[in-house]
Amino acid sequence: MPVYFIRRMMQSVLVLFVMSLLVFVGVFAIGNPIDILISPEADQHEIERATRALGLDKPLWEQYGLFVVNALKGDLGRSFVFNIPAIDLILQRMPATMELAITATFMGVLLGIPLGMWAGLRPESFSGKLIMSGSILGFSLPTFWVGLMLIMIFAVFLGWLPSTGRGQTREFLGVHLSILTWDGLRHLAMPAFNLALFKLSLVIRLARAGTREAILQDYVKFARAKGVSSRRIIGVHVFKNIMIPIVTVLGLELGSTIAFAVVTETVFAWPGMGKLIIDSINLLDRPVIVAYLMVIVFMFIFINLVVDLLYSVLDPRVRISESKG
Amino acid sequence: MTGGSDAPTLVVENLRTHFFTRAGVVKAVDDVSFTVTKGRILGLVGESGSGKSITGFSIIGLVDPPGRVVEGRILFQGRDLASLAENEARKLRGSRIAMIFQDPMMTLNPVLRIDTQMIEAVQAHEPVDRETARQRARDALGKVGIPSPDERLKAYPHQFSGGMRQRVAIATALLHRPELIICDEPTTALDVTIQGQILYEMQKLCRDSGTALIWITHDLSVIAGLADEVCVMYAGRIVEAGTVDEVLDRPLHPYTLGLIGSVPSRNVRGRPLAQIPGMTPSLLSLPPGCAFRTRCERADAACMEAPAITLPLANRPIRCVHPNLAASS
Repeated sequence: MPVYFIRRMMQSVLVLFVMSLLVFVGVFAIGNPIDILISPEADQHEIERATRALGLDKPLWEQYGLFVVNALKGDLGRSFVFNIPAIDLILQRMPATMELAITATFMGVLLGIPLGMWAGLRPESFSGKLIMSGSILGFSLPTFWVGLMLIMIFAVFLGWLPSTGRGQTREFLGVHLSILTWDGLRHLAMPAFNLALFKLSLVIRLARAGTREAILQDYVKFARAKGVSSRRIIGVHVFKNIMIPIVTVLGLELGSTIAFAVVTETVFAWPGMGKLIIDSINLLDRPVIVAYLMVIVFMFIFINLVVDLLYSVLDPRVRISESKG
Repeated sequence: MTGGSDAPTLVVENLRTHFFTRAGVVKAVDDVSFTVTKGRILGLVGESGSGKSITGFSIIGLVDPPGRVVEGRILFQGRDLASLAENEARKLRGSRIAMIFQDPMMTLNPVLRIDTQMIEAVQAHEPVDRETARQRARDALGKVGIPSPDERLKAYPHQFSGGMRQRVAIATALLHRPELIICDEPTTALDVTIQGQILYEMQKLCRDSGTALIWITHDLSVIAGLADEVCVMYAGRIVEAGTVDEVLDRPLHPYTLGLIGSVPSRNVRGRPLAQIPGMTPSLLSLPPGCAFRTRCERADAACMEAPAITLPLANRPIRCVHPNLAASS
């Protein structure tokens, strides 16, 4: 196990390094931030001064080298726009995004697994078919459109839920969370559902496929031959088996949920990282873009590691040399 | 049959189990009748697709849709299982009637520990606490010859060999001392030495506790050493029945004759192995008349009509108009 862990860590460092290079070169290619940051009336002298101040006069390789050296010290650069460390800016916005992404994931799991299992147990029934048709919609409708429709129905026509912002937040362990207040919950409901929709559809399909496969297995028949109640067969025998693919996919999806909460955050004006990155791209705030992408890459690596560990908890067959560890 | 007080454990009368598929009705079990008595072993022999496993599943009430028992009675200690409500049937399954499956690699849930799977079997029928149930499970494992059962209870199925897994399945089936155990080719996936051990143990169990056994297999050599009575099945029907000695020594039905002839033996070393020509007909498109007609060398115009059960010799029911009455080896 330790050897496996160390190897994973080395791979992760390599991935981080390669990503930083790609991101840095990619952002460099987008355009010169000076053109946007400085007023159009500024003269040549002023432009040169600003360029030097931001370190943009140096060649690309030197800028990158400087970035790497600073990054190793924990400094991912200062925002051109806000003139504060980019990482602080991101960490400030992170709780909002995490709250949204995690709530959405929970929604997807808590609704998706029962619905998917139901559809898997009654594939021919009307309700089963309805659930599956619904999941196709969840897959194929674009997130921004669903978000707008939700706002139109629940905020404009019915007036039940607020359409923008986080609402009232409460501090918990130094982090501001919407989920702890009623007002915050009302603000959270729509964006979280919007973000959850794709995941929900995915979980429904995975749970249904898994259930249909599992109920045909001999172990289910043997459990029935033992006289075990069907509730326990479904709740224990089938459930534990379908969790393996669901956890894998959800783990991978959690990363992309956080990374691509951008659309939902924009539609619902949710003050998270996604909105920050969109603003930063518009202003070509290079250090923030780079730092954001590095944070996301780091998050992906971390989540994958957690999923692998969780996987071995769920599936005894993949426990790596457990007896020695 | 032996003592007057010994009422048969199981009487199956005119059982028909059909599968209603899109392509048509598959008569997997078509008018099957037999009796199993306390402490006796009935062998159910036939090729793949002859309906022997479905017969077993019909008895324990585990025929999956689109199949169902359409006709007949399954009298278990006088109660008709065919007309039992699902909840009543569930109470009998695992406690009074147990079943052991063919592939021990598949019958245990890979993600649950052995103790979980055995304790739930105990608790499904008796309101005992976990600790008592665990001890019952441990004792059962010890009885089927699993060393250090306490430790093994905490293991997962993949940590067992095939033979050990089948022992776990057998131990699970024995937890409630059932009166009837249906064994669906439980030794087919095991190697011969393990098969021998398991056969020995099952036979002993049957004799000692008076459990009735239905042993489903395609392997005549297993039947020869294990069973008391045998029913030979072909295309959903029993074509020949009798005691093992009678049937194996003097097969009357051409199909039984062919089956016995197909067992490789040392006497014919070097010569091509005997086989029954053709293959089992699809149950969807059975030829009219005797189902074995197309593969039978004795077939003639008389076989165009489905043969009824006849008794050419005492206690030897067969379904054939051309029984092999010539004295054979």
